[in-house]
Amino acid sequence: MTTAEVKAMAALHPQKKKSFGRWFREVGWRHLVAWVVILYAIFPILYILSTSLSNDGSIQNGTLFGAFNLSNYAELFTSKDYPFLTWAWNTVYIASIVAVVSVFMSALAAYAFSRLRFAGRRVGLLSLILIQMFPSILGLVAIFGMLSTLTDFLPAIGLGTHAGLILVYLGGSLGAGTYLMYGFFNTVPIEIDEAARMDGASHAQIFFTIILRLVAPILAVMALLSFIGTTSDFVLASIVLEKQESLTLAVGLGGLIGNPFSKDWAMFSAGAVLAATPIVILFIALQKYIVSGLVGGAVKG
Amino acid sequence: MSKVDEQAVAPVSARKKKNNDAMHYGSKQSLTSIIVKIFLLGIIDSISVFVGMLLIAQGQFWATVVLGAATLIINWIYLRKGGIAAKYLAPGVIFLLVFQVYVVFFSGYISFTNYSDGNNGSMADALDSIQQAAVVPVDGGPTYDLKVVKNEANGDLEFLATDYDTTDVFLGGTDFSKEPFHQITETDGLKIGDDGYAASVDGFKTLTLDEISARGEEITSMRVPISADPAAPFLITTDGMSAEQNAIDAVYDAKTETITRLSDGVKFKANQSTGFFESTTTDEKYETGWRVNVGFQNYTTIFSDETLRGPLLGILLWTLVFAASSVIGTFIIGLALAFLFNSEKLRGKKIYRALIILPYAFPAFLSAYVWKGMFQTENGFINQQLAGLGIDPIAWLQQEGTARWAVLLVNLWLGFPYMFLISTGALQAIPGELTESATIDGASPWQQLRLIKLPLLLISLSPLLISSFAFNFNNFTLIYLITGGGPAGDATLPVDVGGTDLLITFVYKLAFKGGQDYGLASAFSVLIFILIGTISYLGFRRTRSLEEMA
Repeated sequence: MTTAEVKAMAALHPQKKKSFGRWFREVGWRHLVAWVVILYAIFPILYILSTSLSNDGSIQNGTLFGAFNLSNYAELFTSKDYPFLTWAWNTVYIASIVAVVSVFMSALAAYAFSRLRFAGRRVGLLSLILIQMFPSILGLVAIFGMLSTLTDFLPAIGLGTHAGLILVYLGGSLGAGTYLMYGFFNTVPIEIDEAARMDGASHAQIFFTIILRLVAPILAVMALLSFIGTTSDFVLASIVLEKQESLTLAVGLGGLIGNPFSKDWAMFSAGAVLAATPIVILFIALQKYIVSGLVGGAVKG
Repeated sequence: MSKVDEQAVAPVSARKKKNNDAMHYGSKQSLTSIIVKIFLLGIIDSISVFVGMLLIAQGQFWATVVLGAATLIINWIYLRKGGIAAKYLAPGVIFLLVFQVYVVFFSGYISFTNYSDGNNGSMADALDSIQQAAVVPVDGGPTYDLKVVKNEANGDLEFLATDYDTTDVFLGGTDFSKEPFHQITETDGLKIGDDGYAASVDGFKTLTLDEISARGEEITSMRVPISADPAAPFLITTDGMSAEQNAIDAVYDAKTETITRLSDGVKFKANQSTGFFESTTTDEKYETGWRVNVGFQNYTTIFSDETLRGPLLGILLWTLVFAASSVIGTFIIGLALAFLFNSEKLRGKKIYRALIILPYAFPAFLSAYVWKGMFQTENGFINQQLAGLGIDPIAWLQQEGTARWAVLLVNLWLGFPYMFLISTGALQAIPGELTESATIDGASPWQQLRLIKLPLLLISLSPLLISSFAFNFNNFTLIYLITGGGPAGDATLPVDVGGTDLLITFVYKLAFKGGQDYGLASAFSVLIFILIGTISYLGFRRTRSLEEMA
């Protein structure tokens, strides 16, 4: 039944009152289940929020929000040992560059796969999927070796540099992004290209002024997903970066909690809340687009 | 659905295949695009030339050749007419080649070597480090009173040494060719102190005790050779006040590739198939070796080592169980929620949805730490709540059984919102006409769900479920951050096998903790790659057959 039909039926029987039993059978139980699930979903988050406001990093007597103490947050911004703001800035700018460049490169490749026919196209697409299956953690030996070789003659992009880390991220982000975007490009009718071509548009003009604009929302979602992915990376960043002031949030915050329930655990909680908040807000605000970004390639491709 | 799109594209492919694509696109390039193109190529070329100069300056011949070839190819791709696909693919392919294809092949190569912490360089490197380490005092050699002096001409430190027995005085630095060790007398400006030993010499400043202790590390690492022969003994000091003659205990003969240990005369021959200097008489060997190809040895170890077999099968089984139950569990919850929320009458859906996707929106590595904190035995949130119910604290992460349930619970928490989101998306993509016509045909809601919606959902979501399986099979972050693979297993085994170790965390520990056996770890990597690739391939093929049935 569509919404319109439901409304029409409701209008036909305006005076019919539903009993509670019927309401519960139809809708009520859904609320109940939803709340049970929500409880499971949010209690760890309430816990970390509560810890970040605690006095010493532990929850007294298992009661959430027993204290309201903002000093952990204050300490994050003033601490000399833990340059939280520097970490945050490092994370934001590294993740932004990776998001923009990787989405652009994926879009280029996806355009070729979707719109052009060339030798090795099928094989190329399959290899893209296959190569993604290689667990990146296991490539660490090779990546570490490669970067330490680079350090010897091109220290600007070697170990310990943000440029080196960005390159590694870019290399790893390409396959999945291209494949998803390929699915979206396929949903743009080919007739649009053909019409433009008749009018004498070059392939570059079609790509930049037509296709990219049509899929702009998807590009934004992919960039956001890439941003979140980079922000959450712990392993690569911890292997490449060394100095305290060059760390990203993930590595920096991880280093805070060698010892749970120390003062640092409280600071970690505060840092975690601060780091997660913008991402969570973005995510929830854009959830509709993110869903299409996640399923689009599969459902429509 | 996907077939329809395939068809929309397919006729074009048929038409275009034979034609040169330049004919289809406007062949005139605008002035702007030419300028942009030349500008970008110019930047790439100048960076390449700059890097090339650096490489040449450091004698990296092959790297320079590869760089030059790559630059030429890039210019060719963008300057020629036609070959449009290459123009779009080049940037991505370059990164893919360097950071993924190379990585895969490098791991493949390493899996056939004995690369490890002890065998990480060339034979020359190994020899060097053996000789650095094998230093013994020369038997019956002279001992000296020592003054550390600074050469006022160049600032180098040198030894001013007086032989205790003969009271001959010698002067020399660490580099024999520059500052040879030689005897000096009063005519050279030598001053003898009250104790009868050399005190100072002209042109040099004798270091005070304070200065010696300030530069202690530098001074104790000095080696002052007594002749130009590289095998000659050298003076070292441990306290900055006396010195003795030491010699390298390992003398290498390049012709026979043999090290002779002078102290006991044992010979160690280089074994090129194991990468070690091995004793010719006993089963002793030098711990530092070099990298050699070992063929399939790493693979044979994996498949035929009796002590490894049981634990390895255990890990593989747990990895499969973990990945499968994670996917199935999260999918069932996510799907159920999607159907639950797919009701027009339900109010507050937006708020519910926002709250439910919180675990997915929250950065996963942070969640892992948070859960780890909550599972702490002492003062952990979960045990605190249990205490409220009168239950004794449980050591969640310290026992294999509870630790496995714990990581599964966390992974369920992390993953179900994703499944909810994709199920909702797929559910909404099912055309309304299908359900409407089913309703008209008298199908009950349950029949509609079971016979129409579910099969359609499975078809469109299978690729994502397969990817999810592959992801969880290698879910390193979760396991590593929460349990580190622990609780620790059988300590008598040669490898570290923890109770919650997935293959990937096990391999990580193999490569980066303990023995750092990169060769064996890479062999595992290759096998995991093949395994997960095969599973995914079969999965995707099954999806296609499902699609054909629908």
